[in-house]
Amino acid sequence: MLGRTASGLFWLFRYLERMENTARLINAAQWMSLTRMNATDSDWLSVLNTVGAADAFMTQHDEVTKANVIDWLLRGSDYPSSLINCMDAVQFSGKSVRTAITEEVWEAINAGHIDLNTQLKTRVSESNLSTLLSSVRDVVSLIQGMAQSTMLRNDIFQFMSIGTHIERTDCTLRLLDVKYYVLLPTVSPVGSVLDNVQWETILRSVSSLGGMKMAYGEQFSAPEIIDYLVLNRKMPRSLSYCLMKISNSLRKLSISSRRNTESMRKAKHVANYYLSVHVDSIFEYGLHEFVQKLLTLNSELSDQIAEDYRFYE
Amino acid sequence: MRQKFSTGPLFNEMESRSGNIRACYKAFFKWFSGESLSAIRKKQKEAQEIFRLSGITFISDNSKQEHKKTDLIPFDFVPRIITSTEWSHVDSGIRQRTGAINAFLFDVYHDQEIFKEKKIPLELIARNPAFLDKMIGLSPPGNIYTHIVGSDIIRTDPKTYYVLEDNARTPSGASYMLENREAMINLFPELFSRIKVKPVQDYTANLLRTLAESAPHKKSKVVVCILTPGPFNSAYYEHAFLADQMGIELVEGSDLKVRDGRVHVRTINGFTPIDVIYRRIDDDYLDPLNFNSDSLLGVPGLFDVYRAGRISIANAPGTGIADDKSIYSYMPEIIKFYTGEAPILDNVPTWRCSEVESLNYVLNNMDSLVVKEVHGSGGYGMLIGPNSTKLMRKDFSERLKAKPDKYIAQPVLPLSTVPIFGGRGLTPRHVDLRPFSLMSPKGISVTPGGLTRVALKKGSLVVNSSQGGGTKDTWILEG
Repeated sequence: MLGRTASGLFWLFRYLERMENTARLINAAQWMSLTRMNATDSDWLSVLNTVGAADAFMTQHDEVTKANVIDWLLRGSDYPSSLINCMDAVQFSGKSVRTAITEEVWEAINAGHIDLNTQLKTRVSESNLSTLLSSVRDVVSLIQGMAQSTMLRNDIFQFMSIGTHIERTDCTLRLLDVKYYVLLPTVSPVGSVLDNVQWETILRSVSSLGGMKMAYGEQFSAPEIIDYLVLNRKMPRSLSYCLMKISNSLRKLSISSRRNTESMRKAKHVANYYLSVHVDSIFEYGLHEFVQKLLTLNSELSDQIAEDYRFYE
Repeated sequence: MRQKFSTGPLFNEMESRSGNIRACYKAFFKWFSGESLSAIRKKQKEAQEIFRLSGITFISDNSKQEHKKTDLIPFDFVPRIITSTEWSHVDSGIRQRTGAINAFLFDVYHDQEIFKEKKIPLELIARNPAFLDKMIGLSPPGNIYTHIVGSDIIRTDPKTYYVLEDNARTPSGASYMLENREAMINLFPELFSRIKVKPVQDYTANLLRTLAESAPHKKSKVVVCILTPGPFNSAYYEHAFLADQMGIELVEGSDLKVRDGRVHVRTINGFTPIDVIYRRIDDDYLDPLNFNSDSLLGVPGLFDVYRAGRISIANAPGTGIADDKSIYSYMPEIIKFYTGEAPILDNVPTWRCSEVESLNYVLNNMDSLVVKEVHGSGGYGMLIGPNSTKLMRKDFSERLKAKPDKYIAQPVLPLSTVPIFGGRGLTPRHVDLRPFSLMSPKGISVTPGGLTRVALKKGSLVVNSSQGGGTKDTWILEG
């Protein structure tokens, strides 16, 4: 396989995952803004912080309003991770790796591109927002589903999976990075039951409220939420789960190329030193520092994979 | 050259002037007459959906950069049907022509006998940008220059075909030929069980075999790649399609690197050598060290490896000299010179404006001629006399007088018509045909059929997709 193809597959699935996360985030924030009595437009600043776009947003807008933030996240032409730009990137990557993906995956990408471009041609009204967000979910699911059901489990597949899970790790970490203070012992002492709507935002953003309740019961503490989002290997958006998937793919790639790579070593390091711990150790390390450290490690791992598999010249 | 060109009544390939359906269309017509219009309209819609989803598009770039848009090439389901007897004439004509073009190229870049014997004036290549100095004396692997040729052919009556243009650089359109057939089989399976049509689907297998047989060595394992300018190119869909069908890598210039005297491709596990490049980029952009140094599309040092005989490039660099419009008018002489035979397929009579007598004729008869730029393509930079205004003709006269050797002129051709489905029924439109021939050291083969292009506008003679043309499936009947 070409290095450029591996890179294209990796980015295709990163952007696809990013689309899904952006849609979830908007959905969760919209839900919170409609159900909370004291909701203000400035809560949307926190959404911008989560996706790391607050500064860019402020260069284009004078104030943070719900309508402006949503429009920027969906259609902002100069915001590289806006939904419409991500969809374009998915389609462009799909085109450039056209020979590596199946016809089914390509047609799902192309149909999604046509559909979302039509829906995002003009500003999305609040009454159409949930329809649009379901379309995004459907488009992403169809592409991922087609990939799952039609692609061979060869090297190509591993790069798709690596892209998905590197991006997912990044998204979960960003969410924690912005919201970590809610979960600090000073705000909610260890052992106390959380009585803060903020955690709900977090769990809704990862579509995991139901899963959390299933795993930990109806009421849960801050350490339980961290355990769930960071260490729980059954939870498909947790850091542990994502790293496990990345490591599996790296191992399969190393078997097919009969060589060990630096990225395997890096992934193992993260798994052994940061994710094979008790949740208490994370609080001891400092939640904020932990999240920062893992953001760095995740991006280093991503760079190492690009180097090991010759993504670029 | 100056013979009178028949501009008699138009030839409708389905229906004679007395209203009889020609034999080869009878089965189709019977089927069509039994279908309801609404069912057909539904199928036509389905066909559009198939093509829309597959992403089969071209980018029309006749406008400014910011207005570039991606369009679907319209597909009309009414097949263009040709009998096997009619086809065998075309087939042998194309083989003859492809062989002659290849022999001409070898001669042009070696002994130049055809010029020494004064069959063609030497100035034609001396001043021609398509002539590549660097190819002089260089023999490509197996002496093959034109691995793939797609000549444009028009028909004026049941027995008469003319070659309008030879495409010997990197002809495109084969993917449409294959996709059109696949769509037809999916939409109208019952037609294919009633009517036996020669298959086209082995084109890609033949293409891969042709490329492998043209490798610079005789080893059994040959690595073949398609070299594309990338996803922004208007024919990118085709490049990806062909790579996918052949199961070979679609590479861009940045994926290739010259190392230790061979061309290597960058894979996830390091650099591996390749043997054959089916390039879909122009000569100029192949190698920034040897040609256009601004090119970011090519591979530095590629041509040095080629010169050393360690890579095959299909089609060979420098083939453009053979499909140049100024050379075109000499094709009958070229065919006679290298094959010793008369051309099986005729040339369209052509006035070379570089000759004073011809120029005068063209200037005086512009309203009945098609005037073309020698180096133009895609239907741009041409004047169709009968459809032109006085002002346009005046403008062209001035251009002609200023640079006569940049222009040729041809009569307006009575292109045959084939019906299209117009929503309420069948209605005739002008067509041409681009068959594809493949040439390796082991011989020449022509895929039965090709790409039929159709002018969708009533009365229009321009079939180019960039000018509102569409395509059709082309059926060569068995037996």
